[in-house]
Amino acid sequence: MSAIVLNEVDPKKRRTLVIGGCALGAVAGATVAVPFVGSMFPSERAKAAGAAVEVPIDKLEPGQLLTVEYRGAPHWVIKRTPEMVAQLAKNDALLADPASAGSKQPASAKNVARSIKPEIFVVKGVCTHLGCSPTYRKEIAPADLGADWPGGFFCPCHQSKFDMAGRVFKGMPAPTNLEITAYRFEGDNTIVIDADAKGA
Amino acid sequence: MSNTIKQPIEPPIAGPAGKLIVWVDQRFPLMSLWNEHLAQYYAPKNFNFWYYFGSLAMLVLVMQIVTGIFLTMNYKPDAKTAFASVEYIMRDVSFGWLIRYMHSTGASMFFLVVYLHMMRGLMYGSYRKPRELLWIFGCMIYLALMAEAFFGYLLPWGQMSYWGAQVIINLFAAVPIIGEDLAIWIRGDFNIGDATLNRFFAFHVIALPLVLLGLVAAHIMALHEVGSNNPDGVEIKKDLDPKTGTPRDGIPFHPYYTVKDIVGVVVFLAIFSAIVFFAPEMGGYFLEKPNFEQADPLQTPAHIAPVWYFTPFYAMLRAVPSFMGSQFWGVAVMGAATLILFVLPWLDRGKVRSIRYRGPLYKRFLASFVVSFLILGYLGVVPTTVWGQIPHTIPVIGGVDTATIVSRILTAVYFAFFLLMPWYTKKDIPNEKPEPTRVTH
Repeated sequence: MSAIVLNEVDPKKRRTLVIGGCALGAVAGATVAVPFVGSMFPSERAKAAGAAVEVPIDKLEPGQLLTVEYRGAPHWVIKRTPEMVAQLAKNDALLADPASAGSKQPASAKNVARSIKPEIFVVKGVCTHLGCSPTYRKEIAPADLGADWPGGFFCPCHQSKFDMAGRVFKGMPAPTNLEITAYRFEGDNTIVIDADAKGA
Repeated sequence: MSNTIKQPIEPPIAGPAGKLIVWVDQRFPLMSLWNEHLAQYYAPKNFNFWYYFGSLAMLVLVMQIVTGIFLTMNYKPDAKTAFASVEYIMRDVSFGWLIRYMHSTGASMFFLVVYLHMMRGLMYGSYRKPRELLWIFGCMIYLALMAEAFFGYLLPWGQMSYWGAQVIINLFAAVPIIGEDLAIWIRGDFNIGDATLNRFFAFHVIALPLVLLGLVAAHIMALHEVGSNNPDGVEIKKDLDPKTGTPRDGIPFHPYYTVKDIVGVVVFLAIFSAIVFFAPEMGGYFLEKPNFEQADPLQTPAHIAPVWYFTPFYAMLRAVPSFMGSQFWGVAVMGAATLILFVLPWLDRGKVRSIRYRGPLYKRFLASFVVSFLILGYLGVVPTTVWGQIPHTIPVIGGVDTATIVSRILTAVYFAFFLLMPWYTKKDIPNEKPEPTRVTH
């Protein structure tokens, strides 16, 4: 082999080869990253775990809240009293999105009571701010929540307030009303929570 | 590597140990490393109290790694068994309680010494040219440390672990467009669960410790390249002794500062032991009370707050209201509050480095920055209702929690320290005192 003579080096060609080599290396690196990044997404088992949940509601007392787990998140089923339902229409002045225009719910629950039947309220019990589960504060005007409090939900994490239809108050950290997962009635005494339900 | 054959050094000590050193040095840069980083690393002779915290941070890092290794021997990263395994460590493993309390206390003490270390940098202008990169490595260590603490806090699988992680991961969901998928990707599931715990364990015990060690190495290499700053902020390398060629105001790190740091280590360990043995929970500040209950995905504790070292940023997050149907703004403010540290070297237009010679404006801004950081830290611990509400009679802000308004003002003060710095440090120049040519004490 002949020795390398310095003045025979073509710097332009060398530069092209270096840039080309680096570019190819970057493509290879990005390709290799795909399986690693991909492995961090939910596994097939986690994806399959989201089956619909049946909730019997015949034993619910007026005002009672029942928590059920659906896809790992708390979902509440509440039997609202007639007073609670009547109060909902009077809350508009307090609310950021009273008509739920910018909030997530199935079309069947896009109304003042945010439910299929006004007395049965089904909602995902997860604050739309940062995912805490608000506490149920059905009492009217308790000392810690002030005289305006019409009954509803209060998030302990960042103090967001929601009314009895999960509608967020004005000026809260939470940007939208509580999300309502699609559900349907099976007879009068059972509801089925199923986010993938057709026509919801 | 040099192209000449290395000549054997003179044995630094007599006897077989000296011969061993010579043997090793022929095959490994033992003496040159020793001299470069310890025996002939000249540090300014006027280091004061504030200069203990760098070496203390390294000590705590080593303690965290050692105690962490031993905790891993009994901990189970599984959502069903994690909580019980921590109780098992506390009750049944010999000295398990001690090792775990050392680790949990170490986490808080790590942040304490790092905050004091950063305060030192702010006071004496240690981030200024030519130490910008040293400062940036330090900021990266701080971010890595926050991630490490966050991942570690999920592992006991208590209520606070769970809901704290819930809130922080949902911060990412607030990122526009990709947020939801990003949060799912981080969790590995649609909610925090076994997959999340398992990966957080991987990050906590291997990924981030490696990153931290690498960054600490880079931090120290950068420090030893540019040399240490000092309380006077004057450059000791400008004044060399013509005979030795070493700084007249410098002394070798070893033995002078190794011995000084040992004094600091003794005092620190006395305080550390007192906490470990007498107040390991620190009244709920180092180990929060709801974390003694197992994680329950259906029930958020009545009051949740992060551990104290995150609370200033948490208070900022809470203070920012949602805007245009998105809560991204609070997240953005919180992120900016940590990232703004990186550009600090380029915001400072002052001529002198140290607070000893700074003008009055800088001192006032720094003082208000420190005060706002501390009060924000307090407000992040307590509910926003702590100071009641602004009366309804006052327009615009009537009915808002007083603490929220205070948090907003203090967040503005925090950012003003950085964003107005180019202005007030420049305006301060005529009022700066002249730096001495040699260091003082």
